[in-house]
Amino acid sequence: MLTLIWKDLLIELRTKETVASLLLLGLLLLVVLSFAFDPTSPLRKEAAPGVLWVAIIFAGTSGINRSLLREREQSCLQGLLLAPVDRGTIYLAKTIANLLFMLAALCVLVPLFIFFFNLPFVTTIVRLLPVLLLAVTGFSAIGTLFAAVSLQTRAREVMLPLLMLPLSTPLFLGAVEASAALLAGDPLGAVAHWLQLIAVFDLVFLVVGWLTFEYAVVD
Amino acid sequence: MKTKTSLTDTLLPPVTILVMGAAMYMALVGAPNDADQGPVQRIFYVHMAMWLATFSAFGLVGLASLLYLVKKTEVWDRVGRAGAELGLLFCTLGLATGSIWAKPIWGTWWTWDPRLTLTLVLWMIYAAYLLLRNLVNDPQQGASLAAILGVSGVADLYLINRAVYWWRGIHPAVVVNKEGGTGLHDPAMRAALILSLLAFFLLFTWLLRLRLQSARLQGDVDRMRDRLAPGY
Repeated sequence: MLTLIWKDLLIELRTKETVASLLLLGLLLLVVLSFAFDPTSPLRKEAAPGVLWVAIIFAGTSGINRSLLREREQSCLQGLLLAPVDRGTIYLAKTIANLLFMLAALCVLVPLFIFFFNLPFVTTIVRLLPVLLLAVTGFSAIGTLFAAVSLQTRAREVMLPLLMLPLSTPLFLGAVEASAALLAGDPLGAVAHWLQLIAVFDLVFLVVGWLTFEYAVVD
Repeated sequence: MKTKTSLTDTLLPPVTILVMGAAMYMALVGAPNDADQGPVQRIFYVHMAMWLATFSAFGLVGLASLLYLVKKTEVWDRVGRAGAELGLLFCTLGLATGSIWAKPIWGTWWTWDPRLTLTLVLWMIYAAYLLLRNLVNDPQQGASLAAILGVSGVADLYLINRAVYWWRGIHPAVVVNKEGGTGLHDPAMRAALILSLLAFFLLFTWLLRLRLQSARLQGDVDRMRDRLAPGY
């Protein structure tokens, strides 16, 4: 499994295409969504967590799509399937690799978000860190499974968000609500129920993905 | 090839039509006007029945998806597909009747009440389920992929439920329909509701059987065509 993760990281280090596209798309979304709100209006502050998450969702969706599409080019996926590894392990390796890509992109996106929305730097990062880690884990768990599913369909790029976004409603509701409360200065205990919900979501989809991935990749 | 007609197939349509007629009579004529809402409230009998059919259908999709992944028999795939189609139909009708009822009573077509949000998300999940099947070339693979979504949908249901309730939980409660549950004191109202629930459930069963039969025939036709003209 470590080999599989390492393989993905190595390709990424050499091409830098997933993280680079994640970053640029995320940045673009942050900027475009900022246009939607009057810079002087108090609404802007309230919209901040929503803007951050919309940027993460859309950038992440296309990043994960990219990472699985790469496996399909030159039949890499078939090579992987022929290797004597359990399909569940391939899924977990791919999920962890996608998680690492997203975290790498977030290392730049979150500071930019703080910069654009004029928030206190250290406190914001410390406060958002648990929500970001938990929600991005769930996101790559469900994203990797359904990217593999949508890979088999005719309308690949459109299919992933269509399949994934309704299913991840609880994840995003939890992430946005928890981020909003934390940015407003609530203690971590006040959002514990949201964090729990996100953690359960992560667990459910890691297990579902691990068990069903083999049906998604058969030819 | 001859299709067997079982006793259920013979009896189900007339019984459904009879019960549906009785339910409509009770709902529109037999039950008294609601004290607060007047005649508008009569849509409740139909509205409530849609939800029973919707949730039976989506529950069936989850079960059939799981069984399909375990057993890989075609019949569970057909059940899943038929369930999703009918569930989506009743879900749409339920949203529509709810909206029509909400306009005069709540003063708005739509509100982000937890139950409404939950239903809308469900609608999107199963719409994606049907879309997914149509966008895969190999039907067997489409069945597996759709089954993954069917299983995920059921696993997700509880979480969506929690999330949307917490999400709106902080806000003052939206007007909740008090006619449901214990609110029905009049025996005629209760009879109308029970008959209506039964009628739409029978209608759902009837449609489900018809859909399964047509899917089985379609499968037979496809297989025969495959044998006669492979590759077409």
